[in-house]
Amino acid sequence: MTLTTDEFVPTSGNDDDASQLLTDQEQQWVDKFMDETTLFLGPDPAIMRHHEIMPRTAYEEECIAQGIDPLEIDRIRKRLAGALDEAFEMCESMGAAPGAKWADLSCAVYTAEGDVTYLSNRGVIAFSAVLHHPIRYIMKNWKDEPTVGINEGDGFFHNDSRFGMVHNTDQSMLVPVIRGGIIIAWVGATIHEGENGACEPGGMPSGSETPFDDGLRASPIKIVEKGHLRRDLLTFLQHSTRDPKLMLADIKVKMGAVKRIMDTVDRLIDEVGQETFVASLRVTVEDVETEVRRRIGELPDGTVTFNQFVDSTLKENILIKFACKITIKGERMIVDLTGTGPEILNRAINSPLASTKSFMAQAILSYWWPDLPRSTGALSPIEVITEEHSWADAGYDAPVGQSLQASFRGFSALQTAFAKMQFSSPQKYSNVVAPWFNQINDFLWGGTTQNGEQVGNLCADLNGMGGGAKAFRDGEDAVAPLFCAMADIGEQEVMEEEVPFLQLVSKRLVRDNQGFGKFRGGMGYEMIVASRGTPSWGFMTVTSGSKFSSVPGMFGGYGCPVYPLAMVKNVNIYDIIQKDPTQFNLSMERVMNEQPFEGGDYQSAHMGLQFDVAKEGELYMIAQGAGGGYGDVLERDPELVVTDLELDRISAHTASTMYGVVWEPGTYVVHEDQTVALRAQMRRDRISRGTPYKEFVKNFVKEEPPADLLYFGSWGQDDDENLIATHWGGLEPERVKGKLEELPLIMVPDRRVLKISKLEARVRELEEKYGEVVDHKS
Amino acid sequence: MRVPMTEYLLIDLDTERWICRVCAHDFGDARGNYKEGTLVYDRDPREIHPPVIDPEKYEFTFSPDPTFCRILEFYCPTCGTQIEAEYLPPGHPPTVDMLWDIDSLREKWEVHGGNPEEVVNYGPGENAETDLSARFDSVSAHSHSHSHADTTEGH
Repeated sequence: MTLTTDEFVPTSGNDDDASQLLTDQEQQWVDKFMDETTLFLGPDPAIMRHHEIMPRTAYEEECIAQGIDPLEIDRIRKRLAGALDEAFEMCESMGAAPGAKWADLSCAVYTAEGDVTYLSNRGVIAFSAVLHHPIRYIMKNWKDEPTVGINEGDGFFHNDSRFGMVHNTDQSMLVPVIRGGIIIAWVGATIHEGENGACEPGGMPSGSETPFDDGLRASPIKIVEKGHLRRDLLTFLQHSTRDPKLMLADIKVKMGAVKRIMDTVDRLIDEVGQETFVASLRVTVEDVETEVRRRIGELPDGTVTFNQFVDSTLKENILIKFACKITIKGERMIVDLTGTGPEILNRAINSPLASTKSFMAQAILSYWWPDLPRSTGALSPIEVITEEHSWADAGYDAPVGQSLQASFRGFSALQTAFAKMQFSSPQKYSNVVAPWFNQINDFLWGGTTQNGEQVGNLCADLNGMGGGAKAFRDGEDAVAPLFCAMADIGEQEVMEEEVPFLQLVSKRLVRDNQGFGKFRGGMGYEMIVASRGTPSWGFMTVTSGSKFSSVPGMFGGYGCPVYPLAMVKNVNIYDIIQKDPTQFNLSMERVMNEQPFEGGDYQSAHMGLQFDVAKEGELYMIAQGAGGGYGDVLERDPELVVTDLELDRISAHTASTMYGVVWEPGTYVVHEDQTVALRAQMRRDRISRGTPYKEFVKNFVKEEPPADLLYFGSWGQDDDENLIATHWGGLEPERVKGKLEELPLIMVPDRRVLKISKLEARVRELEEKYGEVVDHKS
Repeated sequence: MRVPMTEYLLIDLDTERWICRVCAHDFGDARGNYKEGTLVYDRDPREIHPPVIDPEKYEFTFSPDPTFCRILEFYCPTCGTQIEAEYLPPGHPPTVDMLWDIDSLREKWEVHGGNPEEVVNYGPGENAETDLSARFDSVSAHSHSHSHADTTEGH
């Protein structure tokens, strides 16, 4: 990364020799020299490592000094909210990206320094804690740069999350509000566009092994100049991805949406005056920060710890820790991720710090305090401690194509811990809820459509995450993704007009796919897809949680199960169904267990599937995830248990052995006395099989992870600064320990190389065993 | 004064002890780790999350891999309530998930002035209103004839 002038600290080699310090004039010369000779302006740590709101500018002070009328500020806020919601709907209605159609976007108004003042009510809240970075970059580097500059009618584009973005699939349009030559605010629209030219279609490559595999690396660039879209840059962007039509369409959609926000801003400024407008933006950001501090003060002082273990690099199964300790002291809150595993330099799961923080803001503004304006002020007062080059705070050289693997864990860390943080508080702003599902159980796809177009994107079904159980009712099935409360799972029939595959099974709940509890988590559904009528097509999946449950339960409830990818290759389901329509009775359970299609290659795998060529009619099957359960299963109302049983949501085995319910087969009438007796016995059984804590710890806890577990992160929580990692100096993994900066660079060998190596060894073993002499040439 | 801290745990500020909200079992010093007063069981996760596709045929089945994941179930030693279920790698130390500043907790409630067992609920909305007072009070008031393990049903 390039040294920027802000970071440059002149040294003489002798700190005590004051005569060697630079004079102001000399410093200016150095600054000028550095400015003129900087190789390139990469992500700026002075910007990227800070999520706090900026201090008031002199102009903001001046505006606020003219007086604040809270009612007028509220009126301005509501007008802006209306404009942002209108712009949001424009993007949703006109956007070409599947993500736009399902609400994966956001529109916002910012202060001149880039702090998000207000975000559209619908959409992705995480943008409120990340889009100040590119604006600060633009203000710092392009405002006074003669070859760029910031003028009325200009619009800036970026997608690279290392400059501040939720992840690289998102693309922005950031436009300054200028009065009298002064930038007084910004407005913007950001959409999850999907396709971005990465090594795999769809914009979220699980197969990325270097930052260059992540696709488009757009730092903030002026794509719109004085109202006109720059054709040269547009062409470059279109040329850099698989879907040039999408790029063109949605840049125009964002320009239109931003214009609509700008119209309202212009009218507001005309009505209330420039100073009042600026003051209202600033005061809103400050008010949110002040209110967050006050609400932290309402929580009990103490420390809540929640560790997560992620089981995949999306290429192979490992176990990497996402550690989190949240400490509250008065109005201070410290989120400490020390103990989190190191970045893996050739895997896609690493997240830039800003992206991880953005999902902390998502948890705060949608699950802690959803009544607050969506503002940079929400995360601003919370201190976040991370170690640079951990997988939650990846360095510049780490691929981040599937950064959601780490950043979504930032969400879950805060969302899950909050149930414990807020339980005893008399004043709550949201309900006590178990963990929300947190994985992208979905198909990404790409290839040539039936209309002859090159595309790459994803199904809307990632928006069907199961909700966590609330303390007083079951979680909702397939209700909403953690990042967007009112997202849609889309109409597959509409999609099928544009993409060459069918969802042969769609939205069928999978029995026992629940987080069990007194109240159970919302369930996920299965989907089975197969391509049809395309010369070239493929699917991929980008999910961890096939060996270790992605979310736990709360207060005795259980977490979600794990999720496999199931495939039947070497069949054409369309031919099969045409010959025998009764075979359309598809489910993952039946197809995989009965293996009804002759000649089919039945496979199960973890859910990190790199782009896989899908021949016509081959089956790909996954299930959406469930939310965590709440409370002890033996407290679940027996009537709720038999209702789930009757609806085939749970098995009889679960109803009896998990929930301890006795019922009359056929009528599903609960035998109350027998149920009470069975549950009492099950409680006694627990007491009988449980071991006193200290004795249990003595037997269960080991000094380090099992030898064959490819582990990354701290072990326990008493010594989070010391990490364990798995290092491949050669083909065999070795365990290394030490502080993060002491560990060797972590890279995982190609699993196919490892497999070939094992097979070659086996071949030689067999050759030796049977005395066959083979001349092996390298 | 007793403060509901989780669905099944409260802190008695007078005695500074973690108490089972169901049966009054004493889990230990409220300034420490309540888990130290529990019974723990190392559960094979396949028993909780049954396979949907045949484990004889496939490696990935909907059941967690017991070599990656264990479920530690924490029980109240008196009433058998499962107060926590923690998903951990085998051999990983159980997480000390909550440590509270009892002086601060007491101070906050003194300033508030209300009875925590009456004013704490599950959050906004009518459905979230609930009775989080100690269950053992009502149990002892209504019946002394059953063991704790028999009387937790139906609350």
